[in-house]
Amino acid sequence: MSITVRNISKSYKDVKALQNISFEVKKGELFGLIGPDGAGKTSLFRILTTLLIADEGEAEVSGFDVIKDYKSIRKNVGYMPGKFSLYQDLTIEENLNFFATIFGSSLEENDDLIKEIYIQIEPFKKRRAGQLSGGMKQKLALCCALIHKPKVLFLDEPTTGVDPVSRKEFWEMLKRLQQKGISILVSTPYMDEAALCDRIALIDSGRLLQTDRPQEIVKHYPKTLFNVRANSMFHLIKNLKDYPFQYSVFPFGEFVHYADKREDFEPDELIEYLIEKGLSDVLVEKAEATIEDVFMELAR
Amino acid sequence: MKAFVGFIKKEFYHIFRDKRSLFILFGMPIAQILLFGFAITNEINNVDIAILDHSKDATTKEIINKIAASPYFSIQDFVESEKDVESVFQKGKVKAVLNFEKDFSKKLNGKYQATVQIITDATDPNTANTISNYVSAILGNYQQGLNIDFQIPYQIKPSSRMMYNPELKSVFMFVPGVMTIILMLVSAMMTSISITKEKELGTMEILLVSPLKPYEVIIGKVIPYIFLSLINATIIVVLSIFVFKMPVEGSLLLLALESILFILSALALGILISTVSTTQQTAMMISLMGLMLPVILLSGFIFPLSSMPMPLQIISNIIPAKWFIIIIKSIMLKGVGIAFIWKETLILLGMTLFFMVLSIRKYKIRLE
Amino acid sequence: MKPENVIEVENLSKQFGNFKAVDSISFELKKGEIFGFLGANGAGKTTAMKILIGISHPSSGKARVAGFDVYKETENIKKNIGYMSQKFALYDDLTVRENIMFFGGIYGLSRKIIKEKTKALEEELQLQDISNQLVGSLPLGWKQKLSFSVALLHQPKIVFLDEPTGGVDPITRRQFWEMIYKAADQGTTIFVTTHYMDEAEYCDRVSIMVNGRIEALDSPKKLKQQFQAESMNEVFLKLARG
Repeated sequence: MSITVRNISKSYKDVKALQNISFEVKKGELFGLIGPDGAGKTSLFRILTTLLIADEGEAEVSGFDVIKDYKSIRKNVGYMPGKFSLYQDLTIEENLNFFATIFGSSLEENDDLIKEIYIQIEPFKKRRAGQLSGGMKQKLALCCALIHKPKVLFLDEPTTGVDPVSRKEFWEMLKRLQQKGISILVSTPYMDEAALCDRIALIDSGRLLQTDRPQEIVKHYPKTLFNVRANSMFHLIKNLKDYPFQYSVFPFGEFVHYADKREDFEPDELIEYLIEKGLSDVLVEKAEATIEDVFMELAR
Repeated sequence: MKAFVGFIKKEFYHIFRDKRSLFILFGMPIAQILLFGFAITNEINNVDIAILDHSKDATTKEIINKIAASPYFSIQDFVESEKDVESVFQKGKVKAVLNFEKDFSKKLNGKYQATVQIITDATDPNTANTISNYVSAILGNYQQGLNIDFQIPYQIKPSSRMMYNPELKSVFMFVPGVMTIILMLVSAMMTSISITKEKELGTMEILLVSPLKPYEVIIGKVIPYIFLSLINATIIVVLSIFVFKMPVEGSLLLLALESILFILSALALGILISTVSTTQQTAMMISLMGLMLPVILLSGFIFPLSSMPMPLQIISNIIPAKWFIIIIKSIMLKGVGIAFIWKETLILLGMTLFFMVLSIRKYKIRLE
Repeated sequence: MKPENVIEVENLSKQFGNFKAVDSISFELKKGEIFGFLGANGAGKTTAMKILIGISHPSSGKARVAGFDVYKETENIKKNIGYMSQKFALYDDLTVRENIMFFGGIYGLSRKIIKEKTKALEEELQLQDISNQLVGSLPLGWKQKLSFSVALLHQPKIVFLDEPTGGVDPITRRQFWEMIYKAADQGTTIFVTTHYMDEAEYCDRVSIMVNGRIEALDSPKKLKQQFQAESMNEVFLKLARG
């Protein structure tokens, strides 16, 4: 196991940031911690990177205890905090060299690991980090986190506030790192990124809702979902919420994801009801559940 | 070791790229020393005064001429009555009025006693005091001239000599003080800010999750500032020697070593401040309020400690700056060696060690 | 300006030195429309938005917001728009009620109206129990919903939302969008930027900016047809990657 978390709890004053969290990340796995802001993701990352001490429970990272062996962990993990944490007044090159030396490594030594990523920012190596675009900062931060060939990589919300193009590129990079044998724990508030992980844990308000492979999690959605569409989104949602048999109504892209309380639900009945309410172009069709549907179901 | 050198290199990048701080760092000592040397002074020069002469006889004329001839005073006005005294003060035209009583000559020659009243504007008590002393001195001088023909038996004549600063130049007093302030400020405030900056930007998180040891981070932060502080100390000493002709009687090496000791104590204080503050702003506030004010008020730099109430005198003992000022004054002005200041040095050394141990112990290896 | 148009932009440009941050963009927004303003980081979205909310001058081109000129009548623009961003929304060290009072006051609402609005708002968002709590102590989702309501307090013609839902949980995110739908239904025009591509699908029309230019502008449905894509995410990737 690369990461083992057993019954970890952590509170700040009267806020329970983490409640009895347990999970494991296998060697070479890309594991996603999926949940909104304030779910407790950052606290968990800080406990695992030895920056915080949990109130209860224990955790190991690549075989080392997070409290007793904190020094060994600090040598063996790469950490990219949620906030961009590099020196803005240093250039790309100086940042990399600095992190290389404090980890007793050098840029050349682990060429194979960061080369692919570094090549993309190399043309700007004389530019100060403060003047880079969001996507480039993120790549630089990843390079810095990788500079000492860590066995485990911790990435706390690396894609927050980054545009979809940079996000896609970033996930492609993570996939390639994974193939080189690095275990990766990554957190994200974007539910659509869950599908890119080997396994995920859904986390909300300090509680772990479910841990599994994304496909399995989706498969276990308890209800049958329907896509509903009509000419006016606002009135559609309103009327669906007034429908006595509705179980859940959530806008989803151009559709509304609708689940019914009854087992023997007939879509035609709903269409009739909606038309009666003055809506037109009504469409009701079966839909596939997504991670987001599961999350909302579990967090209800 | 390589990691450590890399860390120091990075610190120098930060310092040299922050042009504004760099300007303050080197501009401030120069500005301060010039300010204290030229503008802020305890000496009086060409002070405007007015005269109220009720007798207008030969003797008062003579005295007034003597005063007018001195470089300390310039007579701006002659007023006619007591009533006008108030109004010249209110206009702010003069700092003092000399009031010669009626029949001055007659009384002096007949009763051997005549009175000059020195009325001063005591909204600025220091100046008022000094003016009064200077006028008394001029009057005494005149009186001596009169007495030269007489022989008074049993006369004790005080003959004073000002040692170490015979011309009573206030800049000699200020140089040690300014040096202390600058070293304190550069060392303590700059280090505490540079450490809290890493906390604020989140880079501290990454430094913590690295094999760098706490003492490596601390010493790495400290070394660049020892270097900068020493440059500053040199600038101050050079300026005071060449611009203000201040003598440095003692050994320059001893002066440098003592300065390094004081710098270290200030740096340790700076680290201590950074362990209790999370933002640069708090670090700056604590440095200014907690270090600068005591240094200015309680180190004996501006206000003599001996005239302070007992509790303050006791408190002043825990201020490193007090001991440092004693030390450098002794070295620069008295020219003494370590044999005479070993006690102060030892106290400073003890304080430095105490702060250093405390700051390394308080430095957190985690975020909480 | 046609009466039903709330925003009219024609060949609007903004140049910094040699760099064209906004390069001759044109579009029109109707009353009650939900408009998604998308683009990669650094594509010029923020610059364009700053011009439209009257805090930055364009280099050239024409633009009218709520009927007012962006060159000369920025004060009037500010009175007629609402603005909410992820970075700055409400004061954390004021209570819910104090925040509402303060922002109501800024827009010159009378005490009486502010009181009424506060009450209505408290009921709508079910804030009665927490209206004396500091905003800083509320969960992010509540804050965002509250700050949207505050941005609507003075009944602006247009509300500008700069990444309003970043990091918010999926349920609250949807409640937030329901509030947007409601405001739009009541005639408020919504101008929103987001990095969530599924949210782009909620908009009536969407523009995608690449290197300072608007490269696509239509309803999500038509854009998907045009680019033969399954989702807006795909459309975005096809466009922005070039």
